[in-house]
Amino acid sequence: MKLIKKVLTAAVATAMSVGAAQAAITDNEVRIGYLADMSGGYRDLAGPNGLEALRMAVEDFGGTVKGNKITIVSADDRNSPDVASSTVRQWIESDKVDMVAGLVASSVVIAATKIMAGSDTLGLVNGSAASSITNEHCTPNHIHWTYDTYPLANSTAAAIVDGGGKNWFIVTADYAFGHSLENDVRTVVEAKGGKIVGTVRHPLGTNDFSSYILQAQSSGAQVVGFANAGGDTVNSVITAGEFGLAQSGQTVAALLFFLTDVHALGVKTAQGIQLVTGWYWDKDKEAREWSDRFHQRTKSRPSMVHAGIYSSTLHYLKAVETTGSDKASVVRAEMAKNQVNDMFTKDGYIREDGRMVHDMYLAQVKTPAESKNAWDLYKIIRTIPADGAFRPLSESKCSLVKK
Amino acid sequence: MATTETKKIKLSSAQELQQAVKRRRIMIYTALLAVALVAPFLAYPVFLMKILCFALFACAFNLVLGYTGLLSFGHAAFLATGGYFTGYLLSQHAVTPEVGILVGTLAAIILGTFFGLLSIRRQGIYFAMITLALAQLVFFFYLQADFTGGEDGMQGVPRGYLFGFIDLENNLSMYYFVLAVFLLGFMLIQRTIHSPFGQVLKAIRENEPRATSLGYNVDAYKLVAFVISAGLAGLAGSTKTVIFQLASLNDAHWHMSGEVILMTLVGGVGTLVGPIVGATFVLTLTHQLAQSALGDWVNVILGVVFVACVMAFRAGIVGEIQKFAKKNFK
Amino acid sequence: MTMIFGVPAAAFFGQLLLGLINGAFYALLSLGLAIIFGLLKIINFAHGAQYMLGAFAAYLLLHLLGINYWMALFLAPLIVGTFGALIERYLLRRITHIDHMYGLLLTFGLALIIQGLFTNIFGVSGNRYPVPDALSGGVNLGFMFLPYYRGWIVAIAVVVCIAVWFLIEKTKLGGYLRAGTENPALMQAFGINVPLLVTLTYGFGVALAAFTGVLAAPIYSVAPGMGANLLIVVFAVVVIGGMGSIMGAIITGLAMGIVEGLTKVYYPEASNTVIFLVMIFVLLLRPAGLFGKEA
Repeated sequence: MKLIKKVLTAAVATAMSVGAAQAAITDNEVRIGYLADMSGGYRDLAGPNGLEALRMAVEDFGGTVKGNKITIVSADDRNSPDVASSTVRQWIESDKVDMVAGLVASSVVIAATKIMAGSDTLGLVNGSAASSITNEHCTPNHIHWTYDTYPLANSTAAAIVDGGGKNWFIVTADYAFGHSLENDVRTVVEAKGGKIVGTVRHPLGTNDFSSYILQAQSSGAQVVGFANAGGDTVNSVITAGEFGLAQSGQTVAALLFFLTDVHALGVKTAQGIQLVTGWYWDKDKEAREWSDRFHQRTKSRPSMVHAGIYSSTLHYLKAVETTGSDKASVVRAEMAKNQVNDMFTKDGYIREDGRMVHDMYLAQVKTPAESKNAWDLYKIIRTIPADGAFRPLSESKCSLVKK
Repeated sequence: MATTETKKIKLSSAQELQQAVKRRRIMIYTALLAVALVAPFLAYPVFLMKILCFALFACAFNLVLGYTGLLSFGHAAFLATGGYFTGYLLSQHAVTPEVGILVGTLAAIILGTFFGLLSIRRQGIYFAMITLALAQLVFFFYLQADFTGGEDGMQGVPRGYLFGFIDLENNLSMYYFVLAVFLLGFMLIQRTIHSPFGQVLKAIRENEPRATSLGYNVDAYKLVAFVISAGLAGLAGSTKTVIFQLASLNDAHWHMSGEVILMTLVGGVGTLVGPIVGATFVLTLTHQLAQSALGDWVNVILGVVFVACVMAFRAGIVGEIQKFAKKNFK
Repeated sequence: MTMIFGVPAAAFFGQLLLGLINGAFYALLSLGLAIIFGLLKIINFAHGAQYMLGAFAAYLLLHLLGINYWMALFLAPLIVGTFGALIERYLLRRITHIDHMYGLLLTFGLALIIQGLFTNIFGVSGNRYPVPDALSGGVNLGFMFLPYYRGWIVAIAVVVCIAVWFLIEKTKLGGYLRAGTENPALMQAFGINVPLLVTLTYGFGVALAAFTGVLAAPIYSVAPGMGANLLIVVFAVVVIGGMGSIMGAIITGLAMGIVEGLTKVYYPEASNTVIFLVMIFVLLLRPAGLFGKEA
């Protein structure tokens, strides 16, 4: 009995691997699912404009792969991992979706990728900041493209300490995300001979930051770092401006700060803030040209997330074309074989843990005098080379990394 | 003589009517059960399980709102507590699912007792505000506590083997288990409502001072109802964690308390099957909306449904049908 | 340096003052809730959304029509208050005869609609409203740097609170209002248009929320979600104070601002929860709230 079973299993396995080798596009369609927050707090990060970026990628590719139509379905995740998990499960089982794009809130991403793990569907994560996605939560079925907190915290802190900002005060959002950001900064600052003179932890969604800003001001630190996100960061920066932190000689560093945040604040309030970004629409000619097309469709300038969605989708479709397959393992291997060279980055590459490694940029928010229009927000101070920008594999907790 | 005769006849016809009603109810329940039993072969099992969980959650909520007249705005706290405790036990201590669910439910009962003791003496709007504030406190606790995984959520909870031998990784076994849990909870609610205890609750809802003057300890009755409701909400949350293999902050957020109110309102406050219909309606609506081009309008549309229910259909779907039936088929 | 409970005196007084400023927001918002509750007996769950509308009205007035802050301070409450009066006239009035719970649910639904619409139109990142020129900059008080605008908030909030208290407790109009609360039928018999009084009262409460929103616009990000979480804290403030008196709402609001402010110094992790904890203690000791009448 046992032997027969073994033989049978082996036969099935061989049959399956032969099938994989033959490689075909299932149902003669490449189906892409776009899962993102369309109605809640992360709407601006990817949202409806991200779907537009995805459509642009499909159109630019020609709408078909080797005569197989590319179709897009989309769903609002409502920032709920339940919704994400049932949607992705349905996409895989009933709708035969081949690739899931978007993927914003960390809880949503982790839930969705856990469902995809082991299936034939590949996830291209663009919206999320959590570096755990390619660390303890890595799977062979997803790639993290645009950015994560590791370079955001490390590179920002390193650049400022190198520029002479040795004494830091950190205002931290009091939950796991804020704590890890704070730790990252502490490590870098102390390694470079700087000092953390004080920290204060505020609850998520605090209404008023004046008390924390006052504590930061009276600490006498040279640099005030905000280890928080979204509306909390925006309100921190507004209050920092109101209490004149810059006038009293303190540098403000926002560790997770997006183009949309800066746009919301305006250069008058946000001027001089240093931040790290994965991409900027005005960084070079190619980026500008793509942004102009994006702007025509959305009346808005793309953030790094929008650019990442476009870039990752194109890279994916190219791999589908080369291999003639839409099976996750096959496509992912092919994607990793080729470097990413497009309007997003040059010579980017995909690591075994699923991290797409590429250059990051240290930017500073322009002054009102420098800024020519509502979206003319950053000047790139320097490029952070791809190697060393992201968490090194030697520190990885990802099970896919061979040590 | 003649009068007693007619009385007798009237009495027997009243009994007949009652029996007819009972028969019809049994028929409806049997039909519903039959649908539930074959449903996983016709529709998507995970979505059905989600509906069952939220139906139980809404039924539990309805026990307080519909049968006790208390508007709780903090039921999300119980759902989340059940979910987190069960999730923690399943992933960290490798207990069997039924033990995890039992402990999760127990945790919700304890929390419910605490909520109830603080809020039960206040009525109406105060009660709503107090439960909301307490639930917010719970939300912050779960956000900051380490074991919940914060905003990442508690992920990858194993479904495990029910009683140690039924593999719940199989969606079909999982579905029938969830159906059993739901029926258990639903029967408990049904029994509670139709028991003498439930009659006192109704009396309190209709006229509290009168119930007090009749010598009932009103607060104690309300508290027991509230705790039962909290426990069942916790049961729904625990089961949900096993199904989705995760527990997240969404369940603790006050939006969730709002959503369960909407489900109950849409289905019919104070009707037994209303919350089930309401949960099915709201979940199907949000599910369809999320995948349509109107995805970003979901909150606006839910708001419109809320307003429409309050303004025009306060009896809810089931309530309106009952009204209609009463009018037309006496 | 003088120390107060382990904190330098200067920092202590600074935080006390900032707490008071936040308390001004709580006082204005709970005052609006208390006025609406007084006559309509409903808790206005749309209060947070209406606060947000006030801030957005100021923002739109400036950017579309070039109307400055000072004008917006009057116009925004007027516009949003009128909107509130319409809500009362065409929606809330139709459900006054039933359980007051439905009023809460209706306003909850309205809040969802309003916030959803603004999210779709303006996005979630928020918008910036400038501090008016006359109030930009600040003064060094010795123990802290106080932006003029923050000082203005406390001053105007206290003035408005006292004016409202005076209006309701000491004038004839306020007398009608209070009498209308106690016995609407009798007031109607005296020839007072009670329904109109109710409409105006709701409109006024909403206008107060919008006024608070305009005050908030220059110091916070003007975003669709700005009122949602704030409202829950204000609910707790209302429970602590009890719905007994106008003055009760004002005092509790200011006091809770200070309590929260001091928590931000001594144990900042709990600053969002301290008000809820105070609420629990008050409920244990005085279930009707500090200023509430025992039901």
